[in-house]
Amino acid sequence: MTFDKVLLDHGGGGRASHELIERVFVPRFQNPFLKEMNDSAVFDLNGANLAFTTDSYVVDPIFFPGGDIGSLAVCGTVNDLAMRGAKPYYLSVGFIMEEGFPLKDLEQILLSMERAAQEAGVQIVTGDTKVVPKGAVDKIFINTSGIGLIPKGFNIAGQNAQPGDAVLLSGTLGDHGLTILSKREGLAFESSLKSDAAPLNHLVQEILSTGPEIHVLRDPTRGGLATTLNEIAGQSQVGIEIWEETIPIRDSVSAASEILGLDPLYVANEGKLVAILPQSQAEAVLAVMKKNPYGQDAALIGEVKAENPGKVVLKTIIGGKRLLDMLTGEQLPRIC
Amino acid sequence: MKHLSEYRDKELAQKLIAAIRDQSKRPIRLMEVCGTHTVSIFRHGIRQVLPPTIQLISGPGCPVCVTATEEIDRAVKLARNPGVMITTFGDLVRVPGSQSSLQMERASGADVRMVYSTFDALKLARENQNKKVIFLAIGFETTAPTIAAAVLEAKLLGLENYFILSAHKLLPPALEVLLNSGDLNLQGFIYPGHVTTIIGTGAYEQVAEKYHLPGVVCGFEPVDILETILMLVRQIEQGQAKVEIQYKRGSSAIGNPKALNVLNRVFVPCDAPWRGLGTIPDSGLALRPEFRAFAAEDHFDLQVPPAQDHPGCACGEVLRGIKTPLQCLLFRTACRPDSPIGPCMVSTEGTCAAYFKYNE
Amino acid sequence: MCLAVPMEVKKITDNWAVVEYEGTRREVRLDLVDPKPEVGDYVIIHAGFALHRIDEEEAKENLKYWKEILNKDI
Repeated sequence: MTFDKVLLDHGGGGRASHELIERVFVPRFQNPFLKEMNDSAVFDLNGANLAFTTDSYVVDPIFFPGGDIGSLAVCGTVNDLAMRGAKPYYLSVGFIMEEGFPLKDLEQILLSMERAAQEAGVQIVTGDTKVVPKGAVDKIFINTSGIGLIPKGFNIAGQNAQPGDAVLLSGTLGDHGLTILSKREGLAFESSLKSDAAPLNHLVQEILSTGPEIHVLRDPTRGGLATTLNEIAGQSQVGIEIWEETIPIRDSVSAASEILGLDPLYVANEGKLVAILPQSQAEAVLAVMKKNPYGQDAALIGEVKAENPGKVVLKTIIGGKRLLDMLTGEQLPRIC
Repeated sequence: MKHLSEYRDKELAQKLIAAIRDQSKRPIRLMEVCGTHTVSIFRHGIRQVLPPTIQLISGPGCPVCVTATEEIDRAVKLARNPGVMITTFGDLVRVPGSQSSLQMERASGADVRMVYSTFDALKLARENQNKKVIFLAIGFETTAPTIAAAVLEAKLLGLENYFILSAHKLLPPALEVLLNSGDLNLQGFIYPGHVTTIIGTGAYEQVAEKYHLPGVVCGFEPVDILETILMLVRQIEQGQAKVEIQYKRGSSAIGNPKALNVLNRVFVPCDAPWRGLGTIPDSGLALRPEFRAFAAEDHFDLQVPPAQDHPGCACGEVLRGIKTPLQCLLFRTACRPDSPIGPCMVSTEGTCAAYFKYNE
Repeated sequence: MCLAVPMEVKKITDNWAVVEYEGTRREVRLDLVDPKPEVGDYVIIHAGFALHRIDEEEAKENLKYWKEILNKDI
């Protein structure tokens, strides 16, 4: 069955998104930077090694426990820069608002953007505002772009994972995605869930201070850990094995996932990172991560293998194995 | 006790695995009837820890997978009516009919909402009096009583804009068809815990007696499934054909008469089309005459042309357990989770989707 | 076939109950469950309905049985 319209699945961050990008966008704008498909483009400009990225935020609801669309818009772009080892400096912001959007809500969003920018140590230096007729967008959409500087000697990219490398995860999975779902109309349930939205650039700087041998950093946002690891396995042409019993997941997240029939390995995070680095460095980096409040639940969750290039395998608690594919479309709550 | 995490215990699981390996001598094929079991088996990697003597095959217990193409086509046709709001479980949104799916209709402007419970759909009906709210009712005996309870409530409230389109399926008639099809080679059944919660074990007793096939009612965690397999291995090695309940915390031999009573007050069995199994007499549920005010088919034109299934699709054989997805020519090539052809690929608990997602 | 999870009953109002599992709370209907649960009981929840009250003693016994029997080598 072919279809000539964009579906919600195409924005889910999984295989459908990737196919849309690869089939429609990459051929049109082809250049070596875009083709790499990393969180930020990295290029040399007058001797400075710069990272540049952009992201749009359309989260519904716009306010949720642990953050709002504003904090998300700052943290997400800061994190995309940090995942290339860059120190983020400047952000742009574009607002598209629906006619009738309450000014009070806008003020609140701006306040949390200010706070997140302060925490990350970035400045919002340029911006744009558009208002569209009622119904043309849902309440408010935000785009942010960011620019950062990569220190000399670092080359962190999805292509660099090597067999034997350790896979570290900075904390618990699924907190953001399940928080958002729990507030959706028709599914609403009460919970103690809280989004993990946070700027990770300081954590990254601390990791980098242990030495230059970090191969890959990536934040498992839409599509979750499973999709992120699949991207890395594909880009580096390596296999990745992770161990179920080592993966930190909060009981509350695990419970909400059971109730909705979702898999936390595929649920979005907004304040977590995956680090892939030589085994010999793993212990030291893990210790550094655990000292940072955004890395206190960090764990060694797996290793990079030469076998099964492009594939991610989960070793289950009972000793079985399961192939972890990329997320296909949106994860839908189910009863069956 | 949380009644969940205890059944993911690594040590207990490993002891059960050792016991299964030790006691399983004859090669056997066991069918897990229920799609939720299929998912759990893949998710926990249970196949790889079993000895080569034990083969698990997946049965027809995924309500999305057995929903016939024409039933989806009717839902799509309904969604195109102006002033209609379609409500359904997330499971059904992506399932392709012959031309379209609810997801595609939503992209084309239809009002399609996902709900967690039929009572959420009732709430939407009360809040949107200007809309006709239709709940697409799928599911087996576990889910059908919840739909029935909502119909009773709608009647009590005098709601005039709430309708259901019933595509419910009943398990025992399908088991009977499977067992009579002649091409099954089976030594035992892993029975669905939550269907049994409602219907009890009566239907399985008949299977045990008539076909000399043992069965165990099974929970959904890895320890449950391993324990069930061990119980089946023991029965088979000893030549027994009993019905046992492993999932005692969630089901019983008598089932849930209260829920069955609600179900029977509202619904009456009717013939129903099953994807892959054809039309099976008395295997579906229709609203009783006194509840026809809520029957979508009585208020909307739901005539659709007869549906053609893809000629290469082996879902029918997969649902009957006589082929694995790997034996289907479309599997992984033309038929993938993002472009599914057959229903077993659409549903997350479909056998083909589970094979695609979890199998090495 | 049917996804259902055990949740603890926190509050009962007529045919509605608030149930909780690890901090996640949801209102569910009690139309279908018999015997009617009490606060503190665990019930099996499917699609917003309690379907079954878990017999705590029986669940404990069953787990104990397997743990014991496995320690003795089956």
